[in-house]
Amino acid sequence: MKILLVDDSKTMRNIQKKTLERLGTVEFVEAGDGLEALTAIAAHPGIDLMLVDWNMPNMDGHTLVCRVREKDKTTPIIMCTTEAEKTRVIDALKAGVNNYIVKPFTPDAMSDKVQQTLAKAKGAVAAAA
Amino acid sequence: MQNQATMQPPALAAPANGKPAGVAAAVTTTLDPKLIAPFVSSIRAVFSTMVGVETTVQRPYLKNDETHSFAVSSIIGFSGQVVGSVTLSFQEETAKKLVAKFAGAELGIHDPDFADAVGELANMVAGAAKKDLGGTASITVPSVVIGSGHNIARLRDVPCVVVPCTSPLGDFTVEVSIKRV
Repeated sequence: MKILLVDDSKTMRNIQKKTLERLGTVEFVEAGDGLEALTAIAAHPGIDLMLVDWNMPNMDGHTLVCRVREKDKTTPIIMCTTEAEKTRVIDALKAGVNNYIVKPFTPDAMSDKVQQTLAKAKGAVAAAA
Repeated sequence: MQNQATMQPPALAAPANGKPAGVAAAVTTTLDPKLIAPFVSSIRAVFSTMVGVETTVQRPYLKNDETHSFAVSSIIGFSGQVVGSVTLSFQEETAKKLVAKFAGAELGIHDPDFADAVGELANMVAGAAKKDLGGTASITVPSVVIGSGHNIARLRDVPCVVVPCTSPLGDFTVEVSIKRV
């Protein structure tokens, strides 16, 4: 499985990696902001999941999600952010995220959200086939 | 804190500079304690969940001078319907211990990953509090200052409340200087 981690904090990306490694063999691609993420997406085809922070320099996560969804309607995206207001969650869902996790999070909460998101995406693909 | 347990806004202590209570009372009429309670909650949640350290929040007090005696500070700005800044400050050894626990690695204070970790702690404390401040606000990416003898400049017309925190890895403060506009 290939997961793109988009967060301007390397510490946070390392924590996410440690948590997600429990899902099995995972290849991680990392980006420090939305612009780097767009470059990474072009350079690394076949991404199975994106974990995206909101507040980042150069291009924030919401803008990144909008840009990704212009061409890619299917890759699951989870917003992983401190932004917890209902309006923010709604904005993110409207932009096209599949799930939302608020920082601070426990490893179990992160792992559960990822598995839930991947299972739903797999079900959607099966239903479409 | 009893106030936190009953979800009431925390009462502010008199300033540590020994000024009469009357002065503290006059200043608190311009400060909304409901702006402080969300930070009390977020500090405990962030350090417990992400660092694995139980943090005790002591009684907040108004800061009446600009001296700042810490070696490491991380600053988050607020804009929108809430403006100002929030600063997490640590002594060097406490910062190193908390960062080691959070990041899972021992880092020197001049390692770029050290500043990153400190910045992310401030980001989460500010971000987690933001939703309970009322109104809409945005937060900046963190700025981190390393080195003793630094002072933090703030908006001049916004009171600064010091939230002292204790943990098994050392004491630190969160300085909240925000107002609703």
